[in-house]
Amino acid sequence: MSEAALSIIALSAKVAFAATVVSLPVAFAIAWLLARYDFRGKSLLQAAVTLPLVVPPVVTGYALLLLFGSKGAIGQWLYEWFGIVFAFRWTGAALAAGVMAFPLLVRPLRLSIEAVDPGLEEAAATLGASRLMRFMTVVLPLVMPGILAGMMLGFAKALGEFGATITFVSNIPGETQTLSLAVYSLLQSPTGDAEALKLIIASIVIAISAVILSEWLGRRIGRRGAS
Amino acid sequence: MSRLIVDIAGKAGSGFPICARFESDAGITGLFGHSGAGKTTVLKMIAGMRRPSSGRIVIDGQVCFDRETGTDLPPARRRSGFVFQDGRLFPHLTVRRNLSYASWAGRRQMSRPFSEVVDLLGLHDLLDRWPDTLSGGERQRVAIGRALLSDPAILLMDEPLSSLDHMRRAHILPYLEAIKQETKIPIVYVSHEVDEMARLTDTLVVMSKGDATSFGETAEMFARLDLGPALGRQKAGVVVDGLVSAVDADWGLLSVDVDGQTIELAGTGFEVGQPVRLMIRARDVSIASSIPQNLSIRNRLRCVVEEMVTDDSAFAELSLRIGSQIIRSRIARKSASELALGPGQEVIGLLKAVSVERRAMVTKAGQLTRP
Repeated sequence: MSEAALSIIALSAKVAFAATVVSLPVAFAIAWLLARYDFRGKSLLQAAVTLPLVVPPVVTGYALLLLFGSKGAIGQWLYEWFGIVFAFRWTGAALAAGVMAFPLLVRPLRLSIEAVDPGLEEAAATLGASRLMRFMTVVLPLVMPGILAGMMLGFAKALGEFGATITFVSNIPGETQTLSLAVYSLLQSPTGDAEALKLIIASIVIAISAVILSEWLGRRIGRRGAS
Repeated sequence: MSRLIVDIAGKAGSGFPICARFESDAGITGLFGHSGAGKTTVLKMIAGMRRPSSGRIVIDGQVCFDRETGTDLPPARRRSGFVFQDGRLFPHLTVRRNLSYASWAGRRQMSRPFSEVVDLLGLHDLLDRWPDTLSGGERQRVAIGRALLSDPAILLMDEPLSSLDHMRRAHILPYLEAIKQETKIPIVYVSHEVDEMARLTDTLVVMSKGDATSFGETAEMFARLDLGPALGRQKAGVVVDGLVSAVDADWGLLSVDVDGQTIELAGTGFEVGQPVRLMIRARDVSIASSIPQNLSIRNRLRCVVEEMVTDDSAFAELSLRIGSQIIRSRIARKSASELALGPGQEVIGLLKAVSVERRAMVTKAGQLTRP
């Protein structure tokens, strides 16, 4: 495989991984809020979380451009205070992928949190466990399958993200050109078919590996409960 | 000072007012009443899972709740071991890890050796099993062990046997008796089963419509006529304590001395001199004004009518004194009228059925026996 192809795969993996890992804690917090609490504006939050799933990706990409572009309200502020730049950088690609993957992360997390009986935490409290210990020893192990499922789905979505990425950070080789964008570019050129095929196969292998890995981890955790 | 002092008022989940006032020092205190009387709410308030609106809770000298001073310790800082109705074992941990949870996650010291609790509850073969492979009875035993190993000053049990069938229930009761004998930890035991209460408890708090302020010694409480509705009419009865005075293996009968009078009942496997607690239901006690002839009922006790309560129903409720103990009788109001019964009158109490609720657990040598 050519060096160019390998660097595309590495960049895609980096973008998808960063997108999943960074959005996981935020997704967990929101899933927790939705699963455990009733508050005003809950359905609004729920709708906002689902938005990237139903709005055309191009629209999401454009919204990101308006907000996080170098002239955008948040983008300008982030640059001035922290020197963080999203526009036309791989970080921007990760942001786009993270936003698009977000709803897919939240859903399995929320379901697994809802499945944890709060009575177990109550029992842990009577046994002297602090709030943090209750979370670490009871909640976290029980929602782990949901976390894995969410990360798997999120990673796959981030890896394949196209519309929002190309709209937000364009298609710059070596910086923002992920697998999907590269395949698209190659297919546009009359001689790119063979190279595109390699990337397509690579993307399938990565996706299948991710599924197998998460199934394996899930089984390991599941087995602990079934002796 | 008592090891548990409860004097609280508050609201139950459904909003009706709750009021509880009792103390417990050692042994088992029964919190008894119909479902929905607010028993579990009181228990949760003691454990700190629900906040009373006023009052005080003191556990082993530690003020856990005091409205006046604003004290309200969270459950983790109250030394109360809670046994839930449904066990609530952690499904992702083995029995061993469940049992030791308080020491590795709760930073509670194990004041009682792990092996001692395992022996006491017969958990040895279960240690490496997962909670979802346990039977209902095994699960509750593990839950009780887990609470015992959290260094509790008191144990709170919320209908721990209600999810079990009759057989399993009978199998666990001796373990509870063993805990009471060997750990000396005061236990507050919630149930709506008269039999469990009669067998296990030393003190009884009768809870009715959110009010849990009448409490006293179990036998006395069972004898009180005014608690009839709370105790349940059909099952109403009393417990009396006595000593086995004779065993007749030929006829399968047992004689029990109750304050100088002898009660005969069916039973085997008893020893002379063994203390027993008998349950006598009001509906099984008939009354005659003189000793009747040619009757199959063997137990004919001389007693004095202590009190008689009648209302518009067909029945009259009587309490009869035998020595220092009280039994209850429930007869037709018409019969009471025809026999012209009234307080102070000497009558013959005819006992149709008597059951042994509790064989004393401690023999004379102080050894524990498990029936």
